[in-house]
Order: sequence, then structure tokens, then C-alpha cells
Amino acid sequence: MARYVAQRLAEAVPVLLLASVLVFSILHLVPGDPIDAMIGAASFGVGDRTAQEQLVAQLREQLGLNDPLPLQYLRWLWNATHLDLGESFIRHQPVMKLIGDRLPSTVELAGAALVLSVSLGVVLGLLAAVKRNSPIDRLVMLFSLGGVSIPSFFFAILLILLFSVTLGLVPATGSGSLDRLILPALVLGYEGTGLIARLTRASLLDVLGREYVRTAHAKGLAPRSVLLGHAMRNALIPVVTIVGLQLGRLLAGSVIVETIFARQGIGQLAIDSIIAKDYPVVQGVILLTATTYVIANLLVDVSYGFINPRIRAA
Amino acid sequence: MAIAIDPFKQSLKDSLLAPGTQGHPLGTDQFGRDVLLRLIDGGRASLSIGFAAVAIAMVSGGLVGLVAGMRGGWVDRALMRLVDVELAFPGILLALIIVTILGPGLEKVAIAVGVGGMPRFARIVRGSVLSTKHELFIEAARSVGASERRVAFAHVMPQVLGPVITIATFGLATAIFSIAALSFLGLGAQPPAAEWGLMLSDARRYLRIAWWLAVFPGITVTSVVLAANLLGDAVRDALDPRLFSKAD
Repeated sequence: MARYVAQRLAEAVPVLLLASVLVFSILHLVPGDPIDAMIGAASFGVGDRTAQEQLVAQLREQLGLNDPLPLQYLRWLWNATHLDLGESFIRHQPVMKLIGDRLPSTVELAGAALVLSVSLGVVLGLLAAVKRNSPIDRLVMLFSLGGVSIPSFFFAILLILLFSVTLGLVPATGSGSLDRLILPALVLGYEGTGLIARLTRASLLDVLGREYVRTAHAKGLAPRSVLLGHAMRNALIPVVTIVGLQLGRLLAGSVIVETIFARQGIGQLAIDSIIAKDYPVVQGVILLTATTYVIANLLVDVSYGFINPRIRAA
Repeated sequence: MAIAIDPFKQSLKDSLLAPGTQGHPLGTDQFGRDVLLRLIDGGRASLSIGFAAVAIAMVSGGLVGLVAGMRGGWVDRALMRLVDVELAFPGILLALIIVTILGPGLEKVAIAVGVGGMPRFARIVRGSVLSTKHELFIEAARSVGASERRVAFAHVMPQVLGPVITIATFGLATAIFSIAALSFLGLGAQPPAAEWGLMLSDARRYLRIAWWLAVFPGITVTSVVLAANLLGDAVRDALDPRLFSKAD
């Protein structure tokens, strides 16, 4: 088992390193000089040309932009591992602080959406599998198809129209209280709920046809305990993977959901910074998201090894 | 008849007319532009950019997968690591990176969404190549002196086409969705273009007084994405029923 974990870790490291190279190069791939982006954003109305050139030269030296790129990358990576992601061009605050201020809101949203989609998804999938080919089954499958077909930004608007504009039950925008969390969590969690329901159903139907389930029935166990104690335990193994993948989707999906509901989170920070060309912040947010995603996948792989001993051998 | 009318024509005295008004079956927007005409015009953007994005993903991903699968060894490992890195950026995030670099605009969105779709094709093609390259008919082609390139393109490639077409169909659904999403976020189509995501985004300001501005573009995107997904299911069943599941 230790060897399996070590192997998975060793595979994750190069992926993270390459991802960091990609994130680092954002600043150097955008057309023009990073300094231009910085000055363009920072100093409107500085008219004196020589003063501006002096400022550029000074900044260039100060930021180490005259050094060779690999050296700049190593310095950036070193700082990043020490939780220093530089300073925002526009807000003149450390990127880490900007992210730190907004992280709780996104974690709250993603957490609520994850809990919702796992609990609701597994229950719906279970219902659909047990009542296979019944109207309930078809309803669940239709619901799940909606999850992958209705764009989140439209679903959000429909919910706002219904619950905020027409019924006036919950506020449409903002963050910080429970009633402002419900709609965004529903929107963010819907796609995952559908996927998990579909997967749970398929996986459970597969397991229910196995011989050990028939054996359990044959020895006279109550159908309920066969279902929950024998079938479900195995049927949930593939669901664990999807939950891990969901983490990444949720972080990416929060970009859209936070924009619609005007929640001050990481996703909204990313969009604002892209539009304002505030590259250090963009780099920081993307690095954070990619790292979270890789770590989540790693944890899933490792937990997979614990849940299913056959994986370890492979 | 409807085509003769301009989707960009503004008429402020006709702004925010409700659906069903004479001459405007789906109403008008805040500038008095006809919603139905704008939806139709928006279809052009979504479909052409969607197809372009899928083509970019299919060609680049297909080549990467083909080379990785045929060559094997370190080439394979290096290419697949790159694909892994791409997969480390979930969904729309990779598109956001590319739009950051290239700047906003619909053509750039095609590239962004195309590159984002590339890993899927690369993986599937590589997998299919690996499973066919040791088949007897490949060995036969080699033994009669076919070059490596001929083996790859004339013999292995046709075997891989089935899964590629299936993924491309699902990819079209994802692409149309992503294009609308990026435009919704202000990074794709720019005003006054008629694009579904952009129309939805604009509609947010008028939700309380003009529900139709949001509902009709939303229904349109949903129907097209749904249609592409259902088509994908059908194509998959037709080409190979036991190939792979959509949860993949």
C-alpha cells in the first residue's frame, strides 16, 4: 500500500510542476511587456516620458525581469511554495491576501454544492435502480439529463426568476448568509447531482446482478440489508471517483455561479482580474485551483486503493 | 420574410415589447431589437465557433494520440504527461487561461475551447491505437512494406474513427455550452453581437421587467446542447454499443 501511495505521489509531482510552468508563462505569453501591463493599469496620467522610462527601467530591475526566464521561474516557484504569489497590479495588495479574503466564500459554496450533490445524487440513483423502468426511474434520468444539458447560467437565472423575482423567498444576489447560499449551491450542485445519480444507478444495477447478492438473498437476509449492506457498499466505489472529479468542476463552476449571484469569491476574483489584466492575481487563482484539483485526484486515487484492494495490485 | 429584417436594427420606441406583440413573436430587447431574429443570428456564431472548436480539438488531440500510441516509449510518456497537465485544469479554467493570453473575442474562444477539448481526443485515440496496432492486418500491412506513416493514416486511423466521431458529437455540446458561458462572462462575443450567452448576460439587468430576454436564449442554448448530447448517445449506440460510457 505504501508503495502504491508513493507511486501516485511521484506521478502527481511532475504534473504540478508542468502546470506551474504553464501558469508562470501566462505573464510572459500575453502580448507586450509585463511592465506595460503593470504601468498601463497603475499610472494613468503620468505624462513625462523620460520619467516613465526611468520608472520602467527601475521596476524591471526591482522585479528581476532582466534575469533569464528560467531563473525568474525558479524564483517565482520558490516564492509560491512560500505562499508568496506577488502583488496585484491593480489593487496593490498581496495576491495571497486577496485570495485568502475570498476563499471562505468559495469553500462554503463548493462545500454546500458537494454535500447536496452527493447526498441527493446517491439517494436518487438508489431510488432509480430499485424502481428500475418505473416512472420514478425515468424521472430521475430526465432530471440527470437536465443537469448536463441546462447551462448553469440559465438554470441560475430561472431560479432567480422563480424564487427571488416571482415568489420573493430568497435574495437574488450577495453572500454571507444561509438564504443567500441556497440558490448558488443548488445551481452549482445540479450537474454533479445528475452525474452521481446516473452513476449510482448504473453501478448499483451492475452489482445487483452479481452472484454474491443472490447469495445474500438466498440465505434469507432482509432485502433492505442486502441492498444497503451488500450491494451499496460495492456500488459506491465508482461514485468516489466522480466525487473527486467534482471538486475540480465545482471550483471551475464557481466562476460562473459567483458571477451571476454576485458572490465575492475566488471565481469572481478570477474573472475580474482577467478582464482588468491583473495577471499576478490570475496566476495565483489558477495555480491554486490546479493544485487543489491535482491533490483531490491524488486523494481519490489513494482512497480508492483503500476501498478496493484489487486496485493496489494493478 | 423574417430573414429580411435586421437583427441589429434598433428602434427605441419599440423597446422591451412583450412576446406576441405584432411583428415580434418573442418580443424585443432594451434597444427594440427583435429577440427571435437575434436568436437565429446567434445560432450562426454558436454553431460555427462550436464546429471550429471541435475541429481544433479533434485534429490536435487526434494527432497527439496517434503519435503517442504509434511511437510508444518516451514520446508516449511525454505526450501523455502534457495531456495530464491539461486535465489538471478543470473545464472552463483552461479556456480562461487561453482567453487571458489571447484576449477576448469569439475566434479566440474557438481556440480556447478547442485546446480544452484536446485531451479527451488524445486519450481515446491513443487507447484505440494501442489496441489495434498489434492486430494481424497491421502486421500484414507492414510486411508488404507499408511505411510507418501509411500504416498510421491508412490502416490504424480508420479503426479509431468510430470513437472519435462519438467524442466529437459530445464535444460539440460541450463547446456550444462553453462558448455561451465565456460570452456570458464577458470574454467571448462582444456587444452588439447577437450571441446566446451574451444575450443571457444582458438580460440579467432586465429580469424584473422582461423575463423573455433571459428565458428564450436560455431555452435555445439548452435545446441545442440537449440535442447534441442526444445525438452523441445515438452515435455512440450506432457505432459501438460497448465502447465507453458518458461518465468517462
